[in-house]
Amino acid sequence: MLSSNKDQQVAPGVFVSPEHPSMFLGRRLFLRYAGFTVAASGLLMACSSTETVQVTPTIVDLGSGDTGILNYAYALEQLEAAFYTQVVATPYANMSADEKTILTEIRDHEIIHREFFKAAIGSSAIIGLTPNFSTINFSDRSSVLNAAKTFEDLGVGAYNGAGKLIKSADYLTLAGKIVSVEARHAAIIRDLLNPRTAAFAGDDVIDAMGLDKQFTPAQVLPLAQPFVTNKISGANLPV
Amino acid sequence: MNLFNLFSDIEKVDGDVAERVAYYTRRNLFKLGRKATTAMAAPTVLAASLNDAYAQSATVAEVLNFALTLEYLEDEFYRTGLATAGLIAAGDQAVIAQISKHEAAHVALLKGALGTAAMAKPTFKFGNAFSTYPVFLATAQAFEDIGVRAYKGQAGNLLGQAVLTTALQIHSVEARHAAIVRRIRGLKGWISDPAETPAAAYAGEDNVTQATVNVTTLPNVTGIDAARSREAFDEILTRQAVLAIAGAYL
Repeated sequence: MLSSNKDQQVAPGVFVSPEHPSMFLGRRLFLRYAGFTVAASGLLMACSSTETVQVTPTIVDLGSGDTGILNYAYALEQLEAAFYTQVVATPYANMSADEKTILTEIRDHEIIHREFFKAAIGSSAIIGLTPNFSTINFSDRSSVLNAAKTFEDLGVGAYNGAGKLIKSADYLTLAGKIVSVEARHAAIIRDLLNPRTAAFAGDDVIDAMGLDKQFTPAQVLPLAQPFVTNKISGANLPV
Repeated sequence: MNLFNLFSDIEKVDGDVAERVAYYTRRNLFKLGRKATTAMAAPTVLAASLNDAYAQSATVAEVLNFALTLEYLEDEFYRTGLATAGLIAAGDQAVIAQISKHEAAHVALLKGALGTAAMAKPTFKFGNAFSTYPVFLATAQAFEDIGVRAYKGQAGNLLGQAVLTTALQIHSVEARHAAIVRRIRGLKGWISDPAETPAAAYAGEDNVTQATVNVTTLPNVTGIDAARSREAFDEILTRQAVLAIAGAYL
């Protein structure tokens, strides 16, 4: 997507111009609109493939109830684990020893989160998703760390917003055990980008009441979708 | 006095401290019971949801007053630290000021939410916490990691309550604080060593069984150090455990 310098980046590779419909549509409507755009571009990709038969991508349905929320978390953890696995496998130029240690440990945390959810959900778990990180330049420090920041902040907001949708106190506590680790990741990644500033919990992510972000699945999924080849549906999730 | 002595003191059987904590808890309960009917008019962003909660039980207000206690503690701690000349390294001022700003906002938010049910700020004793920068940072780390564990421990009590989301939004901010303070101290941002001090603050952090799943023996984690399994999940602290630790500062 082309972007002018007036555009705001809302996710890596996703720009919104001040004239964009999102600026005068409500946020919810915009996210629906963005979801439509993603679906349409997936269709274009299918059309441009060399095969003559148009392939309809299988929709991955996260499911309903607490299982649906766990699958939602599982999907996000899959995305993060795949991202950091790539980061560590193909380190950007001049990655410091400190950065390598941090990124490797975060990778391991995310793999453990992913495998934990898979085991905990059992036979109701969604399939392994195929990531699409084509908008991220893994050889560039800034691209990688800014993508990491986006994923971590989004993950924190996703868990924060999903808490109220969980019916089981045990699962709620479990989500709490993970979200604070994601928040630790976010703070450290942000400190790598802007060392020893307010950025670790910057005013861009913490509001005047001292509150972190919270997002509904309907807000998160359209932002995560561009990084996943499979079409994810949260249509049956609790609201 | 050494910071860690403060914590180890409290771990010992100490009748005086136990009495103080018990008094403190009783006082809150009494206060809540007495004020519950007058809390309805609190003109705040959370008042409506809190009123709903009151209709069912006082548990939510108890949880919020418990949180307010910790926020009072942190708020006064950082404000005093920032006001102590020469204490905080120049290069870390922006970080500490940002944390302090959040703690002040949390106090205001919780006080507003509780309205007349909000407990008054206790008088705190910080001992030698402001004597040197390393002691200040060690105390800050303990407060933040305890705060994260304390909020997490109350999540289940807020299940289905509108204030749950707000509590979670504070919880993750405290985790960001904890991570950056740890990093300033040259530690990992995540809780790694189960033998970290003060022991009472990190008790139980060596747990690797989550929802009956042993996270060290999962598929695809072969070769991953067991330390990562401990780090990947922050554990809870009960209200009793937190008050026992905080009792040293009251």
